[in-house]
Amino acid sequence: MRHEWAPVTAVEIAADVRAGRRSARSVVEAHLEAIAAREPELHAFNLVLHAEARGAADEIDRRVAAGEDPGPLAGVPVALKDNLATRGIPTTCGSRILDGWRPPYDATVVSRLREAGAIVVGKTNMDEFAMGSSTENSAFGPTRNPHDPSRVPGGSSGGSAAAVAAGFAPLALGSDTGGSIRQPAALCGVVGMKPTYGVVSRYGLVAFASSLDQIGPFAATVADAAALLEAIGGHDPLDSTSIAGPAPRVSGVLGDGVEGLRVGVVRELTGGLDPDVAARMNEAAAALAGAGAKVDDASVPSVGLGLSAYYLIATAEASSNLARYDGVRYGLRVDPGPESTGDVTAMYGATRAAGFGPEVKRRIMLGTYALSAGYYDAYYGQAQRVRTLLIRDFEAAYAQFDLLLSATSPTTAFALGAKSDDPLAMYLSDVCTIPSNLAGHPAVSVPFGTGDNGMPVGIQLYAPALGEPVLFRAAAALERSAPR
Amino acid sequence: MVHVAVLARLALTDAEIDEFTGQLAAVLEHAADVAALDTAGVPPTAHPLPLVNVLRDDVVRPSLDRDEVLAAAPAAESGRFKVPRILGDAP
Amino acid sequence: MTAAGWETVIGLEVHCELATATKLFCGCPNAFGDEPNTNVCPVCLGLPGSLPVLNRRSVELAMAVGTALHSEVRPSTFHRKNYFYPDMPKDYQVSQYDQPINVGGHLDLPDGTRIGVTRAHMEEDTGKTTHVGESGRIHGADYALVDYNRAGVPLVEIVSEPDIRSADEARAYVNELRAILVAIGASDARMEEGSLRIDANVSVRPAGSSVLGTRAEIKNLNSVRSLGRAVDYEVRRQIGLLEAGEKVVQETRHWNEDAGRTSSMRSKEEAYDYRYFPEPDLVPLAPSDEWRDAVAAGLPVLPADRRRSLAAAAGVAADDHAVVTVVALGLDDLVAAAVADGADPRLALNRAANEVAAAHVAPADVSATGFTTVLVMEGDGRLTATQAKQVLAEVLAGGGDPVVIAQARGFEALGADALTGVVDQVVADHPGEWARFKDGEAKLAGFFVGQVMAATQGKADGKAVTARLRELASR
Ligand SMILES: [Mg+2]
Ligand SMILES: [Zn+2]
Repeated sequence: MRHEWAPVTAVEIAADVRAGRRSARSVVEAHLEAIAAREPELHAFNLVLHAEARGAADEIDRRVAAGEDPGPLAGVPVALKDNLATRGIPTTCGSRILDGWRPPYDATVVSRLREAGAIVVGKTNMDEFAMGSSTENSAFGPTRNPHDPSRVPGGSSGGSAAAVAAGFAPLALGSDTGGSIRQPAALCGVVGMKPTYGVVSRYGLVAFASSLDQIGPFAATVADAAALLEAIGGHDPLDSTSIAGPAPRVSGVLGDGVEGLRVGVVRELTGGLDPDVAARMNEAAAALAGAGAKVDDASVPSVGLGLSAYYLIATAEASSNLARYDGVRYGLRVDPGPESTGDVTAMYGATRAAGFGPEVKRRIMLGTYALSAGYYDAYYGQAQRVRTLLIRDFEAAYAQFDLLLSATSPTTAFALGAKSDDPLAMYLSDVCTIPSNLAGHPAVSVPFGTGDNGMPVGIQLYAPALGEPVLFRAAAALERSAPR
Repeated sequence: MVHVAVLARLALTDAEIDEFTGQLAAVLEHAADVAALDTAGVPPTAHPLPLVNVLRDDVVRPSLDRDEVLAAAPAAESGRFKVPRILGDAP
Repeated sequence: MTAAGWETVIGLEVHCELATATKLFCGCPNAFGDEPNTNVCPVCLGLPGSLPVLNRRSVELAMAVGTALHSEVRPSTFHRKNYFYPDMPKDYQVSQYDQPINVGGHLDLPDGTRIGVTRAHMEEDTGKTTHVGESGRIHGADYALVDYNRAGVPLVEIVSEPDIRSADEARAYVNELRAILVAIGASDARMEEGSLRIDANVSVRPAGSSVLGTRAEIKNLNSVRSLGRAVDYEVRRQIGLLEAGEKVVQETRHWNEDAGRTSSMRSKEEAYDYRYFPEPDLVPLAPSDEWRDAVAAGLPVLPADRRRSLAAAAGVAADDHAVVTVVALGLDDLVAAAVADGADPRLALNRAANEVAAAHVAPADVSATGFTTVLVMEGDGRLTATQAKQVLAEVLAGGGDPVVIAQARGFEALGADALTGVVDQVVADHPGEWARFKDGEAKLAGFFVGQVMAATQGKADGKAVTARLRELASR
């Protein structure tokens, strides 16, 4: 997929730019050319920031020339999911309801990337408000898989995954509420990682489900993903749920190997996989064993309850988080028309009915129902107790294992439209990724071969909270042993 | 479902109500395992982190420029956000 | 107030804005009266992606309120209360629900009546909505304008038990609560600026019954006076209904100050379903024992104890009206200082409760030396009561030395010797009246005082004149 003139990795670009061997401007031009060549076909972006990227690149080059430190990611193009607030730059969340909104502030991760010298090249397409697993729920049309444009890139961060897979940018940020980084990474054949809840600030991430959302990196390589996590992670006083302390140091452990690590294959998640995906998963486990890990079956009994618990918790939080799109302070307002009462409530109803797409409405309805009087205990309250059970199961598993392993997605990339009419089938795409969000644990998807249809397969590794170093260490080993 | 749509301030069409009613029933049926689970003695987890007492100092920080704030609004007048008439008092 | 055979039952919900520098969850100023929408940021406007971070000072003030009300200060969490209204930027209010920071407690009225406190929890304030249209009222308005300066200002909502039995008690409760809030620095508690807002739950029941009647919740009570009027009206209305064999409907009612009545607020009533759930963007509060102790240790002497000290010093009862007023206004230190410097305690108390109170001057802006000097001058007869009030008013208005003020007004000249001379002269000039006075015609004292006043252009102290007359007559 990669254009031959594009440098291979973010780590290499940054090293070259910092050393003055390559200009940031030339790096940006090469990537803008790649975008010009295939973006019309793929629609990875809602917005490409040509002028801003060139201006930022020139500033990096000036700093290098002046002998200043241009930052660890100097000159590296990065694509941002369109639910990350960017000052003065439209931030749509893939929704009509945010029509015309330009945030008056930058998300913390965006500020940190700018400080690190990275260059924002665009805002990537996504399922509306991150609700979906195929990027078909964008109000601005679907994104297509660079490996086969008749297929979806996965979602909800499908634009970011496709942008990295297509060589539009070596790095991208996504958000992961139930697998929205890892599943598209798997389907597009790139690395995608969800950090421990609280490792990356959510300030400026437009919320879907606040207790589950985490921002994380996409990259073509584990080393690039590590560099990106180090740039964006670490405590942020603007996010009350941010963990104290610096970002996890993960780049230094990538070569340490898996000798002696105990890896458990999650038994409950082996059923329901497509046979080719199951085969790659077994090969991945064998590859880690071959590299010296002790691999065995692990059990996380309540993992099967995760999907239901997730859809109750995520939709409940979303129904509240999305209440603010009411046509008063920003975004779309729709006149309810002369037959209505013409009051503010009628305006709310008309604005939200016109501004949200069907999947968002469906989830707001489900979440509102799950929280409403008489149902709270049966649904939301129970789902929170399942969350406790799941965390206990993971604790028990991590008493025996350093890492857990499963496929990232039960299938490879499916055709556009294949699951659009069946929300439950679409929800099942996330069955392997959801448990990490409910537990708040880190997990990563690493490309590992292809399915029978030639589409990429991703293998997921999980670690306990703040287990990023061991997670990246194993991910790098898996990457080294992956079929090419 | 009509009551839920009212609570959520979604002016849905009858067709949408019908469609969502069926789909939500399917999802809730799938969630029946969760609803039916015996969780006696299991505390709820509201949050994946065990953090407490995250506080900031009572120090003024710059506010936004009002013109910028109101420029984003669908309607504004006299330095304020303008909305259609309100029929009820706040609860 | 209550008609025979009925008992009034009142519970009050008081929303109090805390006196912090910044809002509850962001660094915008917590200020009243600024230009609309100038104290706003992504957080308090509820912009997509923004997140709340709790203000430490607001927690400390909330803990201080609970401690002063003898509540248990407990670990607490925040919930979201979901409902749509234009004055709420996120269309949910962050509030404490089933785990409030302060649980239980009580407040003792000056007369000793104890009112239970159910809870005192933290929450965020809403913005301000102005209805625009011909009538300027919510009904019939053409549109509305919203200012979010107040959105996110920290509140403590203090909920009383239904222990209040009359409009007088309701007023006394609010006055005492206000005195406590001001004393501990939690709030300026200015009802006219909305930093103290009251909702009253009012019901009636047959005297002797222990079952609660159906209550109405009354909103829009903008002063303590409105509270009293509204309660009286509502009690009469409910008794009228019940005596006519009708039922009281549980509902929210709006107090109309001009009309002097409450009216139902039900429009197209939709049952509220707030869908409370734990606020995922905030973590729990778990104050340590050390933190709680530090807050308790930082509390000043509370109004009830100050009333006891002041009443003891002045030799009056603790619920003496002047004592209550002086403490409520924070003037007790002024009185104590004057007494320590030789002023008459009763006189100091009464001058503070009346003249100083009427001047509406902040306690810190009253010159203790000036106040004391006036009282001492009045006490030793250099100023009459009337003169003392005038001098005090001038001291309160602009400051200045009372001695200089009295001189400028020509008040100081008539000392005791001069007065004696004038009285003796008047007696000598009116021998007939004097004889009748000596024979027991006591009302002629007024005649002599009037003559002395005329001769001194009103500078004489009436009491001193009477005393000299008695002295002469007894010889
Ligand atoms: Mg309240
Ligand atoms: Zn603010």
